Amino acid sequence: MELNGSQMVIEALKKEGVSVAFGYPGGAIMNVYDEIYKQEGFKHILTRHEQASIHAADGYARATGEVGVAIVTSGPGFTNAVTGLATAFTDSIPMVVISGQVPITLIGTDAFQEIDAIGISRPCTKHNYLVRTIEELPGILKEAFFIARSGRPGPVHVDIPKDVTAQMGEFNYPQEISLETYKPTYKGSPKQIKKAIEAIKEAKKPILYLGGGIVLSDSSDLAREFMELTGIPAVETLMARGVVGHNNPLLQGMVGMHGNYSSNMAMSEADLMIALGPRFDDRVTGRLDEFAKHAKIIHVDIDPSSIGKLLDIDYPIVGDLKNVLASMVALVKEDFDKSRYESWRALLTRYNEIHPLSYKEDSERLKPQWVIERVGELLGENALISTDVGQHQMWAAQFYPFAYPRQFITSGGLGTMGFGFPAAMGVKVAQPEKTSINFTGDGSILMNIQELMTAVENKIPVINIILNNNFLGMVRQWQTFFYDKRYAETDLSMQPDFVKLSESFGGIGYRVETKEEFDAALKDAIDKNVVAMIDVVVDRLENVLPMVPSGGTLYNMLLEYKDES
Amino acid sequence: MSAEVRRVLSVIVKNEHSVLSRISGLFAGRGYNIESLTVAPIPESDYSRFTIVTKGSERVIEQIVKQLNKLIPTYKVIENQDVVEKEMLLVKIPLSTNLSGLDAILKGYNGIVANATDDSLILMAVDDADRICNFIKIIKKFKPTEVVRGGSVSMEKA
Repeated sequence: MELNGSQMVIEALKKEGVSVAFGYPGGAIMNVYDEIYKQEGFKHILTRHEQASIHAADGYARATGEVGVAIVTSGPGFTNAVTGLATAFTDSIPMVVISGQVPITLIGTDAFQEIDAIGISRPCTKHNYLVRTIEELPGILKEAFFIARSGRPGPVHVDIPKDVTAQMGEFNYPQEISLETYKPTYKGSPKQIKKAIEAIKEAKKPILYLGGGIVLSDSSDLAREFMELTGIPAVETLMARGVVGHNNPLLQGMVGMHGNYSSNMAMSEADLMIALGPRFDDRVTGRLDEFAKHAKIIHVDIDPSSIGKLLDIDYPIVGDLKNVLASMVALVKEDFDKSRYESWRALLTRYNEIHPLSYKEDSERLKPQWVIERVGELLGENALISTDVGQHQMWAAQFYPFAYPRQFITSGGLGTMGFGFPAAMGVKVAQPEKTSINFTGDGSILMNIQELMTAVENKIPVINIILNNNFLGMVRQWQTFFYDKRYAETDLSMQPDFVKLSESFGGIGYRVETKEEFDAALKDAIDKNVVAMIDVVVDRLENVLPMVPSGGTLYNMLLEYKDES
Repeated sequence: MSAEVRRVLSVIVKNEHSVLSRISGLFAGRGYNIESLTVAPIPESDYSRFTIVTKGSERVIEQIVKQLNKLIPTYKVIENQDVVEKEMLLVKIPLSTNLSGLDAILKGYNGIVANATDDSLILMAVDDADRICNFIKIIKKFKPTEVVRGGSVSMEKA
């Protein structure tokens, strides 16, 4: 079949089963947009900034497990997309991002809207391509999708010069491909798995350290089964919220800087850590030399470079968690004495009773944690929760009753403010039957506020709940704790009227100061089913607790903060 | 951090656009050392061979190898240290200096005179990397005006 380069892009997306792409046109990508105009195979959603295109495709990918697709133009179109690429890369999200480039004949001449895009995207993508001839375009597109979704997933960037998008060529889209130089290890070594199980049977105080890899590999059910069969308590990282489900007594909660006391104590006192797809991020481990000091470590990951990166691992297992966990489950199905960890479980229960996750209500002001809990009570499993980055993100992770994986969509590794709203749009497009909530802050929401237009235009009824404390709250908290309250550039008292702002775009808005007002606003927003902004005035100086100060140890948490001035 | 070790790594990669920047970018972005790097296509194949000499703790070296393997165009990384490792050197010396003893030194380091002009010689030596270092020291007495090291290339013995 003879096609031009732009038609090849369209055909490739169709063959990959893409149902929606997010993007923004411009000079170098116009040929592709001309073909988008002519086709009906997938929906294109015009965001109002390229960064939001990428985050929306990212949110779509996180909610579905499918490859998210975004299309942008060259130069500034592409550079605007970089934060989105880096966000997806850090959290291993499968995406294909297509950018226009100036014609091959102009590359290297500092042409209008020319930038070395693949030079910029190299460190923040799993792989990238500059397409140099029409002949190689179909194969590159196939590879891009293959690489994005296989092994440890990640974003792949394809930069296509404008002349290539116009040239004609034979379109042979390969059904299957295999790359000589890229062969991820899917099956874990049976010998290593057996050894790990032996170690588990020997252990007295084992802990399951569940990471985002479980979500990415869709192996939550197996992780739960393994946990139930063995009776081993578990902690979840930020990226693994929802893997176990909030009502399971074996779940200690989130681990790390703002993790539960019992989670962090479990990590500190365990004699065996079973790490399933985490990254040993510094926000989880705290001071490395004190982290899991008494524990032997089993680490399962599909990416060999993740294993042993920061700590020596006693039982490394390279493989897809789905396969490895299936083997592990098979090995404990019969003949596993789960009573052997009873006193360990009792100890952790005790820890949780001494220092449960909590906050103090105040009759005067709404507490941000209450807002999260309330949404949890009212919507529970029916809502998919996205967040921006900061205090509200941590409170959402702590207090929302997550019941299943992919319910919580957040920028974990890169910590990208401005992620939440566009991601929540992608989530809503992917799962229209669920309510899409974006918990955000008065700082974060302004970083992609223009997406109100996208959401209204495309009838994507995201409900943004702003936990408004007139502060860049998380930085303010650190200034309170560690910088003698010198609030350098964190006072955000100067604000727009969020209600009018939302209305001016054609959405609805509420400003609420009491519980009753909040309930009414949320109910109204859900009933009206339109783009909404609920501006919630919350206690200005509330802190995220407990907290492991940066560089501190997990067993030495700040449990409460007493203002002595 | 544990003691630093020197390693010679051979990396076989698809000979394609921007593969050098992927490798050099990896070292730069993660703060790894490159002592030397040589690269050339492998005859009659689609692959190139990089010989990279690097230094780091055992953990860092392990990460370098894993990160190199993780690059999509990487076919394999050869860590084998039982290799023949050779380096080439070019040195320009002025003819105005006293050249006595030069012949013997050249012989000792597999060296030759690669070029001669009215006022200078270019010497070439091929030897082990540490012996090349020695050669550079010894040759100083001839007041070299330019020294060009080629970087190591290596091949597994077996």
